[in-house]
Amino acid sequence: MKKQITEKNTCKKSSQLKMIVKRFGKNRLSIIGMVIILILVAAIALAPLYCSYDKVIQQSLSQRFLSPSAEHFFGTDQYGRDLFARIVYGGRISLFCGLVTIGIAFVAGMVLGCAAGFFGGMTDTIIMRFCDVLMAIPGLLLAMAIVSALGQGIGNMLIALSISQIPREARTARSCVMTLRNQEYIEAAKTCGTSRFRIIWRHIVPNILGPMIIDVMMGLGSTILRIASLGFLGIGIASPTPEWGTIISENQINIRYYPYLGIIPGLFIMITVLSFNFIGDGLRDALDPKMKN
Amino acid sequence: MGKFLEVKDLHVQYKTDESVVYALNGLTLDVEKGETVGLVGETGAGKTTLALSILKLLPEDVGKITKGSIYYNGTDVIAAGKNEMRRLRGEEISMIFQDPMTSLNPVLTVGEQIREVLVLHFPDMTKQEREKRVDEILTLVGIPPERKSQYPHQFSGGMKQRVVIAIALVAQPKLLLADEPTTALDVTIQAQILQLMKDLKQKLNTSMIFITHDLGVVMEFCDSVAVVYGGEVIERGTIEEIYVREKNHPYTEGLFNCIPDLGVDTHRLHPIEGEVLDPTLKPAGCKFADRCRYCRDNCKKSNPDMYHIGGTHFIKCYRYTDGEVQTNE
Repeated sequence: MKKQITEKNTCKKSSQLKMIVKRFGKNRLSIIGMVIILILVAAIALAPLYCSYDKVIQQSLSQRFLSPSAEHFFGTDQYGRDLFARIVYGGRISLFCGLVTIGIAFVAGMVLGCAAGFFGGMTDTIIMRFCDVLMAIPGLLLAMAIVSALGQGIGNMLIALSISQIPREARTARSCVMTLRNQEYIEAAKTCGTSRFRIIWRHIVPNILGPMIIDVMMGLGSTILRIASLGFLGIGIASPTPEWGTIISENQINIRYYPYLGIIPGLFIMITVLSFNFIGDGLRDALDPKMKN
Repeated sequence: MGKFLEVKDLHVQYKTDESVVYALNGLTLDVEKGETVGLVGETGAGKTTLALSILKLLPEDVGKITKGSIYYNGTDVIAAGKNEMRRLRGEEISMIFQDPMTSLNPVLTVGEQIREVLVLHFPDMTKQEREKRVDEILTLVGIPPERKSQYPHQFSGGMKQRVVIAIALVAQPKLLLADEPTTALDVTIQAQILQLMKDLKQKLNTSMIFITHDLGVVMEFCDSVAVVYGGEVIERGTIEEIYVREKNHPYTEGLFNCIPDLGVDTHRLHPIEGEVLDPTLKPAGCKFADRCRYCRDNCKKSNPDMYHIGGTHFIKCYRYTDGEVQTNE
C-alpha cells in the first residue's frame, strides 16, 4: 500500500515537466524547428565521420565552380573547395560561437539582473544605467567597435558579442526579479532567517529560469545571425576558416554567375535562425504558467 | 531577566516621498512564556507592523523604528546584529503568513521548503536526521510524509496552510507570530487549523502572538487579548476580563457591537461610526476621540494613560481614570 502511494506521488511530481512537454508538442512549428536543429546538430557533430577536414581547405584549380552534383553536393567555390564540407564545418563554428556567446550573456545577465532587481537602489541604478548605455548602441555596431579595438579573432569576437547581448538578458532578469521580490514567499523565506544570497539562489533563480530560457532561445538566433554578419563584413572569423557568414563573403564576387554559392550558406543561416526562433516561441507558450489546459 | 517578550513604547514610521505614516505610536506589549496573545484591531491598526518589527524585517529604507525597545528573552532586538537576527528568525521566532496561496514558493517542493529551515539553523544535522524531522513535522500537521516531494500547486488551500505551519514550527521556535493565519481559509478548514495550532502549542509550549480581527477566534484560542487602535494597545487583559463586557474601551465596545447577537432580533448591525484614523495624522489626544461617543474635552487635548481596572486588565481611556466608569455629564 505504502509503495503504491510513493509510486503515485513520484509520477505526480513529474507532471509539471510533462505538461510543459505536452504544451510544447502542441506547437507544430516549434516541433519542426526542434527537429531541424537536432538534425543540424547531429550532422555537424558527426562531421568527421563522413567528411574529412582536408576537403574544407584543399584547393583544386581544375575543379573550380562545379555545380552541385553527386560528388560535390553543394558544388565547389572559386578555389575548387567543396562547399558542402565548408558548410558543415562552418556550422560547427557558427553554432559553437552562438552557444558560447549566449551562455556568457545568460550567466552574466542573470547575475547583474538579479543584483539590480533584488537589491534595488544604488546598485540597480548603476547596473541598469550602464546597460542602457550599451543598449543605446546597435548590437552589431558595438560588436564591430569592440572587435576593431581588440583585434580580430574568435575570442575577441565572442567577447564583443557577449557584451552586446548582456544588457538584454540583464533587463529580462531584472524585471522578473522585481515582480518576485515582493512576493510573500520571499518575505516568508526571510522570516526563516534565510540570507539574501541564498534567497536569490534558491528562491528567485529557479523562478526566473523559464522567462530567461525563452529569452536565450530568441537571442541565440540573432546571435548566429550577428556572427554571420561580422563574418560577411570581414571582421569576424577570418577566411579560410569556414563560417557561414565568411563563406558568403568570400564568394560575393562570384554570386552573380554562380548563385548557389551565396544561396546555400544563406539558406543554412536562415533555417537555423528561424528554427531557434520557432523553438523560442514554443517554449514561451509552454513555460507560461497562465496557459494551463 | 524580565518578561519573555517585552515591547515597550514602540514607535514605527513609514517614510515615503509624500508623507510620513505613523504606524505604531508607543505600542507596549508583554508576552509571557507559553502565553497566546490575541492581537485584535482594524486594518491598518499596526498589527502586522508589530510582527515585522519584532523580526526586524520592516521594509528597508521606508520603515523605521524611531523610539522604544523590543526585548526578546533578554536580547535587545533593535540593537541585535544581522547574524544574530538571522539566527533568531526561524529558530527562535517564526511567522505564519496570512495567505498560504502566496507564501509558498511555487518552484520548490514542500519538502525542500521545510528542509531549508533545518539546513539553515542546524547545519550539523545529517541528511537522514533532516529527512526524519521533515517527516515528523508533516505527520504532526496531518500531511502524509509521502507528499513532501510534491509542489505547492498540488495542495489545497488548507493543506498549504498546514505546510506553512510546518515550516514555521520545524525548528521548534519559542515564539510564533501568526498573522491572520486563518483569514484566507473557509470556516471548516479554519476550525481544523485552529485546533491543530492549539495542539501544537500545548505540545511545544510555544508563546504566540495571534493577529486577527475575528473576536470569536480570539475567545476560543487565546489566553489574553490586546486591542490595537492607531498603533497603540488600548485595552489589555485576559479573555475573561474583556469578554465579560462590563468594562471595555469604547472601541472594544464598538467591536463587540458589530457582532450580530443570535439571541436578539436585530435588523441592523451597529458599525463603529466614522472612519479609521488617517495614519499620516498624529493627534495630540486620544486616537479614537473622533469616533467616540463618550468623547470629552480632555480626550482631544491629551492622550490618556493605561488605567488599571483590576487583575491584569488595563484600559487606555479617561472614562476609567480610577478604574471605574466616570459619568460626569
